[in-house]
Amino acid sequence: MARKLSVDRRNFLKGAAVTGAAALVPDAVTAAAQAPPAEAGQAARPAAATAAREADPVVEVAGETTARPGGDFMVDVLKSLNIEYVASNPGSSFRGIHESIINYGGNTMPEFITCCHEESSVAMAHAYFKVEGKPMAVLAHGTVGLQHAAMAIYNAYCDRVPVYLMAGNSLDATMRRPGVEWAHSVQDAAAMVRDFIKWDDNPYSLPHFAESAVRAYKIAMTPPMMPVLIVLDGGLQEDPISPEVAPRLRVPKLTLAAPPQGDSGAVAEAARLLVNAQNPVIVADRLARTPAGIQRLIELAEALQAPVIDQRGRMNIPSRHPLNQSESAGQQIANADVILGLELTDFWGTVNAFRDALHRSSRSRIRPGTRLISINSVDLFAKSNFQDFQRYPEVDVAMAADAEATLPALTEAVKRLTTDDRRRAFQERRTRLEEAHARARQASKAEAAHAWDASPISTARMAAELWNVIRAEDWSLVSESGNTSGWAFRLWDFEKHHQHLGDSGGAGVGYGAPAAVGGALANKKHGRISVNIQGDGDFLYAPGVWWTAAHHRIPILTVMHNNRAYHQEVMHIQRMANWHQRGIDRHHIGTTITNPNVDFAKIAQGMGVYAEGPITNPRDLAPAFQRALAVVKKGEPALVDVVTQPR
Amino acid sequence: MKKLFGAAVLLLAAAVATAQEPKPAAQAAPAGNAETGATLWRNVGCWQCHGYEAQGGAAGPRLSGRNLPWTGFSAYVRRPANQMPLYTEKVLPTTDLAHIYAYVQSRPAPAQNVPLLQK
Repeated sequence: MARKLSVDRRNFLKGAAVTGAAALVPDAVTAAAQAPPAEAGQAARPAAATAAREADPVVEVAGETTARPGGDFMVDVLKSLNIEYVASNPGSSFRGIHESIINYGGNTMPEFITCCHEESSVAMAHAYFKVEGKPMAVLAHGTVGLQHAAMAIYNAYCDRVPVYLMAGNSLDATMRRPGVEWAHSVQDAAAMVRDFIKWDDNPYSLPHFAESAVRAYKIAMTPPMMPVLIVLDGGLQEDPISPEVAPRLRVPKLTLAAPPQGDSGAVAEAARLLVNAQNPVIVADRLARTPAGIQRLIELAEALQAPVIDQRGRMNIPSRHPLNQSESAGQQIANADVILGLELTDFWGTVNAFRDALHRSSRSRIRPGTRLISINSVDLFAKSNFQDFQRYPEVDVAMAADAEATLPALTEAVKRLTTDDRRRAFQERRTRLEEAHARARQASKAEAAHAWDASPISTARMAAELWNVIRAEDWSLVSESGNTSGWAFRLWDFEKHHQHLGDSGGAGVGYGAPAAVGGALANKKHGRISVNIQGDGDFLYAPGVWWTAAHHRIPILTVMHNNRAYHQEVMHIQRMANWHQRGIDRHHIGTTITNPNVDFAKIAQGMGVYAEGPITNPRDLAPAFQRALAVVKKGEPALVDVVTQPR
Repeated sequence: MKKLFGAAVLLLAAAVATAQEPKPAAQAAPAGNAETGATLWRNVGCWQCHGYEAQGGAAGPRLSGRNLPWTGFSAYVRRPANQMPLYTEKVLPTTDLAHIYAYVQSRPAPAQNVPLLQK
């Protein structure tokens, strides 16, 4: 672990026994093991006088270069993990592996993505996973970088998304450069984020790094998925791979753990309840880890002909599937006699209503006797400090298991138990639900027509105009869309897994812009049109990510939902003023983004992004969207600033 | 909290018409000025959940085009159910509420046969 002085390093190399490289070792290791043979008898520890000279950097001139630093081996390990990108704001505590990535590794697998803030790096990796299904790496300073990154790490943790975090550090205090390197060093770098990552390690040696790097990947990818962190000591990155260590270096085999399925007895009981129910309801939140999750949910829903409520933590069910009854969620929950919750963030909040009043109160939203079934991988792994686990849900059947992996067995059990009588009842239910789905679609269109020509522009108009421009493309909505009243879900045809990525998880503002760019980065090689409906307040957290998008030529069509406020907080302050019966017209103080209005187009243009706006006339939307789409189709980012209604 | 506001919309639309216990007797609306009401609509925060045009959204239901009776409208504002914050007489006198009511009632009918919404 300890970084060595140059004299010490030279003498060690001369005195070390050199052996042949182990089988399967990467190029970096083989070269190090083939260093020139040592001169006998010169490996003794330095005498006191020599040691004194070691402290003087002027004395030593030999041994100042190496062709095989430890960082090269780290890159070999990262390549074995098939990591496509590493997002990073450059920092000296990881300069060793940075240089190894771009020179030894050829800046490919992983490719270095330059970010302007660590929060952007992590949020990019967060959304990248939700498109690509594999982790993206992040490099950060162990101290200042991790602190910048912390909010985005928390979002990923809450959203159960793996991010492969690496942080630089200089552990050997006697080898630190005076000044900044001390301020950028830490005893236990992971401590500041350990409450909201799944696992971390601080490898002492390169063999230790190899095992921990592969182990971290495996842990991150085992449901419930979460970020992991490997701390990289500066000496390990920069110092030569010693002949002593070289024979021990190998890249361990990675075998991902099969996701845990629900207990067979619990699956059978769940199937029995669902088949016998008069009004079963399926609720899905972070269900579909992969595209297969969508198909598995459809198969279960159609086996029961039961309504599905999509809470949209992931893309779970096509928006136009007739069993998708998300628009009537409240009514479905109220009428249910059995509710199956699949990877729900908040089962309690699904079946209870809570009133945010001066005297807070709650009431059940379900009928007495309604049976609740939960399949949730989060039950396998819990931490206590941060309270994202929500109220305790009193369920009747609880499976600590991955829901996507459990669905096939549950569907088969349902089919086995379904009699002809039940099948007829299911079909009648299907007919009713198809009619309800069609009515809901028509109702959404009728609602969208209200304030159609308004300025500020209605979010329904903005969504409808945007949909008309992208509907013929292979598109992917890479943003959250809850703050635009869900109009995209009500008007667009969501069908594929990559068309919706869920939300931030931890509701940490500042996620939206970098996550959208990260999702677009993943979509880039697939040739998809990434679409981002971007909140204005979120944009301002770390707008440098638009430079990243321009620099790396990441195509993404961003439409500003510019309501000129942190509007959620406008509503909260209004609530406080009303409760306290004073100043109900002062909600704008501290919450709005006006005086001056932000010119988002100019900011984007300054970062090298094509941009138009602000647009206030709804008739100007369509041509602006078309021009922006043309830019995106050339492989560049584009932004259209739209001044909108609040929600 | 986002989900709290999101969930509210599921219940608010029905609650606007039915939340009061006991139901007050129907009354005619006091005279109100829609233009004054528009200013008040923005100043006292109605737009935040219901939109500048009372068209509604995730945080609050549409009020335009509903022809809501004054009695239920005013009673709900004084004692709202679900997530809406209450407006007391102290901070929003009935005369001002009548202007707001006039503004809501004056909102234009929705656009008809919008081509984009026919697809």
